[in-house]
Amino acid sequence: MKTKLAILALIGVTGVVLAAPQTFDFKDPKGINNAGFKLDAPLEAINGNASGVSGTVTFDPANPGATKGKIIVATSSLMLPNPMQRTHMLSDKWLDATKNPEISFESKEFKNVQTAGDTTTADVTGTFTLKGVSKDLTVPVKLTYLKDKLGDRLPNQKGDLLVIRASFSIKRGDFNINPGQYEDKVADTIELTLSIAGASPK
Amino acid sequence: MKKILRIIATLLVAGAIIFWMAAGANRGWTKTRVPIKTVDAVTGLEGVQWQDKFVPGVDFLGAALLGAGLLAGISLFVPSKSKKTRIETNQ
Repeated sequence: MKTKLAILALIGVTGVVLAAPQTFDFKDPKGINNAGFKLDAPLEAINGNASGVSGTVTFDPANPGATKGKIIVATSSLMLPNPMQRTHMLSDKWLDATKNPEISFESKEFKNVQTAGDTTTADVTGTFTLKGVSKDLTVPVKLTYLKDKLGDRLPNQKGDLLVIRASFSIKRGDFNINPGQYEDKVADTIELTLSIAGASPK
Repeated sequence: MKKILRIIATLLVAGAIIFWMAAGANRGWTKTRVPIKTVDAVTGLEGVQWQDKFVPGVDFLGAALLGAGLLAGISLFVPSKSKKTRIETNQ
């Protein structure tokens, strides 16, 4: 009887451990993680990306709807092909990177969660902060849980990967970035794409 | 001198246009770095690495045209050699 109880307890504990949420770190040693931005104004198109991605996400494969986390992009990591444009973009006239070193999105709630295999799609409501202005946004995201794949990406490490992809738009005017000005050259709408992978070592 | 300035101006315009077209006829601003896309085999994510590369844009073309225009303009104020010789002969 004692043995049976011990086995049942062990199964229970194992189940709890397996179902426990995992924390994924999005600081990518391979430097692949990036956030792209695109502005398409009548006179000028601006395309760039940022590689300074960090943050953590808590994800439970058994309950993807309970996912929570915060993704941060270092403002100084925003890159453009033209160095003068980049200097202007980071200056106090536009993003003021010195005073606002981070752009972030912190999730609050997952809605319309649909899971098929390792992939979950959902609409995430959270707080997006840019140039010190925070606004609540709802963003469609796709999460792909890659169990035991960390070793394939980073040799000598064991663990899981969580891939997050998201595409959404914001208005720079909403974030006090020269609202209503220079819209012929710098579009008000900024298209953002997030392509990131987080690691949860075991 | 007049002729030399005009030849230099023509060569500058022609050289700038040829260089601009050979570099891909970029109709945007001049770039000093270009994004190189890489795909992570495990996650399928597309990353971007920046590579230093000079890609002339319309500002480069404009600067070359402006330079050539200046040279051509200066050439208008340079007295021609034959005229000078004629004046010297008359004296």
